[in-house]
Amino acid sequence: MELRRGLRWSGWLILLVVVMLAGCKKKPAAPPPTPPPPPAPAAPTVTLRAVPSVIERGQSTTLSWNSTNATELRIEPRVGSVGPQGSTSAQPQRSTTYTVVAEGPGGRAEASTRVTVNVPPPPPPREVRRIPLREAFEKRARDAFFDFDKSNIRPDGRIALTQTAELLREYPEARVLIEGHCDERGTTEYNIGLGSDRTNAAKQFLVSLGITAERIETVSYGKEKPFCFESTEECWQTNRRAHFILLSR
Amino acid sequence: MKGRYWLSVGLLVGLALLPFQLHPQQDWFRTGTGLGVEKVRLGVPAFAAGSGEVRRAARVFHTVLRNDLAVSGIVELVSPSFEPLQVPTLPAELRPEEWVESPTRAHMVAYGNLQFSGNQLFVNAWLSDVRNPQVAPVLTRRYRADLTEEQARHLAHQFADEIVGRLSGGLPGIARTKIAFVSDRTGSKEIWVMDYDGHNPQRVTRCRSLCLTPRWSPDNSRLAYTAYEQAAASPEVPRTSIQLYSLVMNRRLAFPYLGGTTTTPAWSPEGTQLALSSSRTGDHEIYVVASDGGRMRRLTFSAGVDISPAWNPRTGRQIAFVSDRGGSPQIYLMDSEGASVERLTNGEGYAVSPAWSPNGQMIAFAWQREKENFNIYAMDVATRQTIQLTRDSGRNEQPSWAPDGRHLIFQSTRSGRNQLWLMLADGTGLRQLTFEGRNTAPHWSFSVR
Repeated sequence: MELRRGLRWSGWLILLVVVMLAGCKKKPAAPPPTPPPPPAPAAPTVTLRAVPSVIERGQSTTLSWNSTNATELRIEPRVGSVGPQGSTSAQPQRSTTYTVVAEGPGGRAEASTRVTVNVPPPPPPREVRRIPLREAFEKRARDAFFDFDKSNIRPDGRIALTQTAELLREYPEARVLIEGHCDERGTTEYNIGLGSDRTNAAKQFLVSLGITAERIETVSYGKEKPFCFESTEECWQTNRRAHFILLSR
Repeated sequence: MKGRYWLSVGLLVGLALLPFQLHPQQDWFRTGTGLGVEKVRLGVPAFAAGSGEVRRAARVFHTVLRNDLAVSGIVELVSPSFEPLQVPTLPAELRPEEWVESPTRAHMVAYGNLQFSGNQLFVNAWLSDVRNPQVAPVLTRRYRADLTEEQARHLAHQFADEIVGRLSGGLPGIARTKIAFVSDRTGSKEIWVMDYDGHNPQRVTRCRSLCLTPRWSPDNSRLAYTAYEQAAASPEVPRTSIQLYSLVMNRRLAFPYLGGTTTTPAWSPEGTQLALSSSRTGDHEIYVVASDGGRMRRLTFSAGVDISPAWNPRTGRQIAFVSDRGGSPQIYLMDSEGASVERLTNGEGYAVSPAWSPNGQMIAFAWQREKENFNIYAMDVATRQTIQLTRDSGRNEQPSWAPDGRHLIFQSTRSGRNQLWLMLADGTGLRQLTFEGRNTAPHWSFSVR
């Protein structure tokens, strides 16, 4: 019962608000009582909108306009004469205010809209590049490690290789040698093949991140050049890797 | 008659004995044939030195001859303490009745003398059947050579091969065969060659970086191996390539770089082609090329590693290889066109390094089964029956058959670091052949023709 009364009240309330809003809107639209006889030419009207009004540099926005009683329409800058209604796409390089001028026998009207272009901050490569390549390589190049008898890139390997790829992107002149290594288990011959597959997996991953294949050389040492000489899992893991070496040219 | 008898014994050894062999310490002849066959009991008394100059050569000759015959696996040597007091140096001095009676109980006696004449060493050697004293000596040989210890060794090997050839019905002796292997005794891994008994090691390559996987050509004149060489265009980038070395000309032969990591060469039985593994497409596959590196054709098309090809030496129509297409490395077999691929090993563990026996019936390989170290196994290709040849002693890898099909060489860590070991094909008769540095990847030469 309580609920129903509440609903009824809110219903009345909404009706009231709608009526009031309708009344408000009508007021400016309602034309003032005009003197009917003199058939003077009507004044032109024009509207201009940009959707979206905020874009990133390189994106485009759509300008659309609508006019009445105009014989000539011009949108500036860079759009020029247009028809009475329509839309066009614009790709401003910086924030721009577009203006439309409508002229007709009844006079002249203007409208404008502003398109804000967000310009990304310029990359500060000059700062980073102060570190010489070799030093940066030693600090940032990461080897990929593998599971026993496997050559697929593990999640930690993806992170390591992505980091190495970033470095290679920043230093486009850098060329690298990927050495494939295996642990002491297994035999010399098969491990050469396995190490070879590891270097190729690492190389393909870098290529997929946009590093050109020509910058990447590979060699597989199998288990012939270990980093660590003990027979422990820790040592074996150290040896199962794709190892990066910076080539001087 | 005797020859045919021993031939049949030899064939039975190759064919039938291994699958039925139960305990590696058992005598392989008796277990193998089950026919109550006895090894020939052979007396090899000291060879007489005709003069002071050849006394040392006579000692070397005798020692080497006894060692060769002991290793051969087909004779039982008479202990010197059981020899008669008067040992023969000529057929006329042989008293057969003294050799046949207990405890000597010899069937055969090898004896002779060494002389020095005209600045040359002469060896007069005989093999007599003391149970048939009326028959002329089975072998009568006269050898001549320069008087050096090496020559005395060589002549002893030659006489041993003749005795083994005669007693085994024409199967080749192995006393003059050689072993190619990889040794790091100079600090870098190089290809070396030594006599089958471990003597006379000679370095073949001067790679200074890494040289691996030596394989004899079937005529023993060339070695193919894997080298990490510098690419001329880019000296910092090592490339893994196959090289050929002529042991006749003592220099490298031209062989092209085939791209990627190219490794594990294996000669076809006629020596006209090489099977190999290359990652030129980004993935290791088996290829066959002519022995000059031309006419490359691809045999395998599978993701993962395909490596270590080995031709059936009898037919040349099958290639065994290692592939991890099923997960772990296993031994596979295909025909020499790359068709009819089948897995030979059962999928368990890690099976690598296939090596065909000379008669094409067995494949020896290294296998690491669950919770075990690597051991040498041999599989009868027709029946897939597999027997274990080594056990409970270090890592044992890289088997290679002797041309007689009765011996295998392999690498083992049983004495500490990797060394080369010899054994009979049933796992008995183990002998360590190398002691200096680390020695791996043995490959036995083919018969001396």
